[in-house]
Amino acid sequence: MTLALETKGLGKQFGGLKVTRDLSLQVTQGARHALIGPNGAGKTTVINLLTGVLKPNAGRILLEGNDITNLTVHRRVLRGLSRTFQINQLYPDLTPIETIGLAVAERLGRGGDWWRVMGTRDDVNAEIAENLERFHLTDVRNEPTVTLAYGKQRLLEIAVAIASKPRVLLLDEPAAGVPESERHDILAAVASLPRDVTVLLIEHDMDLVFSFADRISVLVNGAVLVEGAPDEVARDARAKAVYLGEGADG
Amino acid sequence: MSASSDVGRIARAHANWHWSEIVFWCLTLACGFLFPSRYLIMTDIVRLALFALSLDLILGYAGIVSLGHAAFFGIGAYSAGLLAVHGVITQPVLALIVAGLVAAVIGFLTSFLVIRGVDLTRLMVTLGIALLLEALSERFSNITGGTDGLQGIEMAPVLGAFQFDIFGRTGFFYALIVLFVLFLIARRIVHSPFGLSLRAIKNNPLRAAAIGVPVNRRLIGVYTLAAFYAGIAGALFTQTTQLASLDVFSFERSADLMLVLVIGGTGYLYGGLIGAVVFRMLQEFFSNITPEYWQFWIGLVLVVIVLVGRARLHRWVLFVPNWIIRQFGGQKATVAVSEGEAS
Repeated sequence: MTLALETKGLGKQFGGLKVTRDLSLQVTQGARHALIGPNGAGKTTVINLLTGVLKPNAGRILLEGNDITNLTVHRRVLRGLSRTFQINQLYPDLTPIETIGLAVAERLGRGGDWWRVMGTRDDVNAEIAENLERFHLTDVRNEPTVTLAYGKQRLLEIAVAIASKPRVLLLDEPAAGVPESERHDILAAVASLPRDVTVLLIEHDMDLVFSFADRISVLVNGAVLVEGAPDEVARDARAKAVYLGEGADG
Repeated sequence: MSASSDVGRIARAHANWHWSEIVFWCLTLACGFLFPSRYLIMTDIVRLALFALSLDLILGYAGIVSLGHAAFFGIGAYSAGLLAVHGVITQPVLALIVAGLVAAVIGFLTSFLVIRGVDLTRLMVTLGIALLLEALSERFSNITGGTDGLQGIEMAPVLGAFQFDIFGRTGFFYALIVLFVLFLIARRIVHSPFGLSLRAIKNNPLRAAAIGVPVNRRLIGVYTLAAFYAGIAGALFTQTTQLASLDVFSFERSADLMLVLVIGGTGYLYGGLIGAVVFRMLQEFFSNITPEYWQFWIGLVLVVIVLVGRARLHRWVLFVPNWIIRQFGGQKATVAVSEGEAS
């Protein structure tokens, strides 16, 4: 069994506060793995550790067996670890073409190209067009992001992450705040992500988690409390007590 | 694949010339023929415009605030001066490029200090570097001429054909051509993937890194480029005034430059050019009516600009011309766009 993403004894503390304790996660290749937990369980910190925004105090992070613990944020992206953001962190005045173009150009090593006008490279253009098409953004491709409907912005969020051709994708609450009418598009986009991309889903929405994930880890106080297949987790008394019981609203 | 070529066409459209840009440059050139008695101040405006263009590259595109941009202006100025005084390179164009490269090297070396901090740190670091250089050039007055300035700068004719004249005609057209060429290069760069990634970094550096943009490397790149531009502006100063003194490094020079961009706006390349014209005109105008208190009026104008907001002022100023144009050209035609809408 090859592991797409693995953490070994990961620990992070802010002052005296231990936010992540001895976290050992194993995400198998091609998995649809969900990381759930009540508010304050340390989910955001885990994402920041995985993506390199924060440096851990202890432990290691392996991407397809390679140690990435000390790599910078952008190097991890180029190695194949992308993420989406919970709250939209898109560029309000850039268009979908430009936003996706940024990611494609960087992945193809063309991002530092300063003498060629954007849009003059066929390989970049083709990939932009492909991603626009896949995420139903072709009709708004030249509109500033700020003018797009919220659901379209969430799709763009996923499209940008996919444009980096990740091996492992961290989806941070992809459907958060999306109105009911646009929800279906997001769920369809998430469901149709390529099978060879391993997905780690961080989510509050239990419907989405149980319909999507084939494996679930329950995070409590910065450590994994329960891990297993969805039906195992649903039956687990401890998980019910700490999470499903009090988190049934989300 | 047609979807792909469509994407290319749309992406490239941002780099197309707007006709108002062509009008702008034609008018600028026309000034050179219409006001032959005003070459000196017009050259001064061109130099300031190039200097402001340099600051716009880092401030408007990459979001790096600097209160010490005169550091690179000064290095360019002294480099050009020293090259001429010691007869190392007398050919102005070549000396200009060498002076720009010297400033670029210093820009590259100091960029590592600048990228580390956030806004306030950057203000202080850039200011500190400029003050340091000013003090050094005073200390080594045997090289720089100290407070007396660098004496005896003689320039060879531009390209061996155009002698600098006392009316400043050659100086003006020389500076204007340099500005135009560097503007074209800057225009190309801001529409490249590199330029796009700068805008992304300015908006949200964390997100840019998450897309795979090497944030620090890009910032070092653009800072070095801006230093090159500022160095050329400084070298133009020395070459056209045949003077280089300590005030090339002065804090006032850096601060004035910020004012130019406050007036003209940032992030669309023309801000520095328009700002330089308006700033110098205001300075002229106010110092003619109240020679002692012109700074009061400049200050007042700035406060008004900042409080009212530049975008709103642009809209007011352009309201009549745009209204007329729309009567002829339909709803979408505009004579010029304010900075938020310009690409």
